[in-house]
Amino acid sequence: MRAFLERRSLRRLLITLGVVATVELMTGPPGSNQAPTSGFSGSFGESASFFGLFRTQRWVTFFAVALVLWGLTNFWMANGARVRQRTNLVVSRPRELSQRGPVRWGFALVLLVVALLLPHIETAAFWESAMVTYIAIYILLAIGLNVVVGFAGLLDLGYVAFYAIGAYTTAWVTGALPTPALFHHPLNPFWAIPIAIVIVMIAGVILGAPTLRLRGDYLAIVTLGFGEIVTIFANNLYGITGGSLGTKPIPHPSIHLGPLKYVWGLTPVPYYYLTLAFVVLFLVVFSLLERSRIGRAWTAIREDEVAAESVGINPLKFKVMAFAIGAASAGFAGVVTASADTYIFPSSFTLQFSINILVLVILGGMGSIAGVVLGAIIIQTIQAYLTHSPPAGYQAQDLYIYLGALLITMMIFRPAGLLPSRRRKREIALSEVSHEGHLDEVLTGDDT
Amino acid sequence: MGAFGHYLAAHFDTLKLEFWALFVGGVANGFLYGMIAVGYTLVYGVLRLINFAHSEVFMSGGFAGYFVMRALVGQSVPSGFSSVGLILLGIVASGLAGALVATLIERVAYRTLRRRNAPKLAYLISAIGASYFLFNLAGKEFGHLSVSMPQPYINHPVFHIFGAPVEMYYVIILVVSVAMFVLLDRVVATTKLGRGIRAVAQDAETASLMGVNIDRTIAITFIVGGTLGGVAGFLFGLNIGVVYTMGFVPALKAFTAAVLGGIGNLRGAMIGGLILGIFESLCVVFVQAAYIDVVAFGILVLVLLVRPTGILGERLGRSA
Repeated sequence: MRAFLERRSLRRLLITLGVVATVELMTGPPGSNQAPTSGFSGSFGESASFFGLFRTQRWVTFFAVALVLWGLTNFWMANGARVRQRTNLVVSRPRELSQRGPVRWGFALVLLVVALLLPHIETAAFWESAMVTYIAIYILLAIGLNVVVGFAGLLDLGYVAFYAIGAYTTAWVTGALPTPALFHHPLNPFWAIPIAIVIVMIAGVILGAPTLRLRGDYLAIVTLGFGEIVTIFANNLYGITGGSLGTKPIPHPSIHLGPLKYVWGLTPVPYYYLTLAFVVLFLVVFSLLERSRIGRAWTAIREDEVAAESVGINPLKFKVMAFAIGAASAGFAGVVTASADTYIFPSSFTLQFSINILVLVILGGMGSIAGVVLGAIIIQTIQAYLTHSPPAGYQAQDLYIYLGALLITMMIFRPAGLLPSRRRKREIALSEVSHEGHLDEVLTGDDT
Repeated sequence: MGAFGHYLAAHFDTLKLEFWALFVGGVANGFLYGMIAVGYTLVYGVLRLINFAHSEVFMSGGFAGYFVMRALVGQSVPSGFSSVGLILLGIVASGLAGALVATLIERVAYRTLRRRNAPKLAYLISAIGASYFLFNLAGKEFGHLSVSMPQPYINHPVFHIFGAPVEMYYVIILVVSVAMFVLLDRVVATTKLGRGIRAVAQDAETASLMGVNIDRTIAITFIVGGTLGGVAGFLFGLNIGVVYTMGFVPALKAFTAAVLGGIGNLRGAMIGGLILGIFESLCVVFVQAAYIDVVAFGILVLVLLVRPTGILGERLGRSA
């Protein structure tokens, strides 16, 4: 009993209650500016059923959950080390196995087969299209952003810009913009793929060359502004982009290469296979890159830019490369979105979108390709599910609250992500240990 | 050159006509940017970090002011002493809300990481998470539509400057922001608390050896910056109205102002804010209103590339 009343334990109780109250607000009914307290009072006072077991006011259920959580944290604080040691004993063998090459390849192969069969397993119309629009495209975007944030360690908050440029390039070459098409004849969106990728990479170089000289935090804010500017231009250049009204219809892609003829249509499954092919392509290219000279240069710059420079690596060159290469997959994602959705509007390319992609990368683990794919699948499946069958009181924008909370939670408890890249995890651990006891270095540290 | 020269000449004529009206509006905006920029600069001074969540401090101040006005302003627009009282109440409420939200941000998104000596990228990401969380939560609780604030005063011109009317709204902004800024400047320059802030900004480890309580100093820095940011949110909302995303663009511009004046430099923040506000306001003559944000952002990139230390330079830890 005395241990329970220790100050630390009480502190933990207060923190747990605070966290639970926040979750209550996040999941509660919405308020409005006419009744600003209705959201708060509803979140605590509304009666709700707890998994159909019993009905009670929300605060009672949540208070009970808080007490249980508090008990668990107390148990973890007292016995956590021992539990962790035991679990380590149990999982060390599988963990070691999972690090072997053949096992990894086998696992990847199984996943690929599952991905190929997925449209035949899940045939509900919503999920067939969600596999493309909610999951596959986001995997592409996440692995692209991972090159920038994970490999090169550059925080890009305007990644949506590249996606938008990819989509608008598709509209441009297919003649769906008010401005004349790139070539005399409107092209088929299939040929927009290489053009969009090249244009997006050029955009990456144009944005990157001046801004990548900046320090990490300045870069973040500048990219944030860049994302915003692309939206402003898309919204206001009526003569070029069609403005806020969006584009003219964009045709579906088709292939006519000698005997090979295929026309994509309204059904999502062919798009799924097209996107899957490019996901695999980008996955292979990015993993090869990570192990290449370029990938090692990125790691070196990320860990210590001055040291990297002193051994002859030109940081700016490699950072710009990361920007351009990371943009490529966003460019392709833009093509698929544009041709699958038929119309594009500036309102689809918002800051929310950039942050959404960032969350996928952070959850999975910066710099870990497998992790990022996992993160994208987890969050986007949840998002699709919430859109498909929203629980009572859930609004579409609520998701962003959860994503914001998730970012903070990850940074506090698991900064390296769910499936950490081994190198990245070590870097974070090293930075935390080496700064121990040197408050000044943390406060004024130059580890940008 | 002919057509372009003609374009410029025509617009310069408009500029000549409108100059003082635009100038007054620009100064008012500039003071607001300066008040927000102070929050960035103070936090940058002690932590060497850009507080990405500062925009939500601004937003919370706007909402606090909105709710006070909604509760207290009746059918008819008040005047005289009741106007003054209402504005003071709005300032107190928004300042408190700003300070509270800034404290929460510091506690949850910063202090937890500081305990662990996390790398800098982690702070940026958790601050972005905090910002994202806060403004979307505000959207959920207070609705996603913009609402205009009930006016606590009659917005008549108080006096004229070169023929341009200076309305009550501008006078309020001027008085409030100058008063708060002078107070802040004196506090940082002369009091024990200000000495603590400057000491931490100069050398945190040595300061802690000298008996400065670092956690407390950082917390107070957030509170001070949060108060100014919150009040700026209220003053901004008086004119434009409030909405959950209101913090994003003004905060980005305030950050530009902070960098322009020299980040970490209090007076620089105010000067940067004024320059940006006036420049932006005069630009209305030459570019469409929709592209004003692009102009402000272009200035940011330019300053960061050409003179990242700003006009007055990064004078961290100096008394002024």
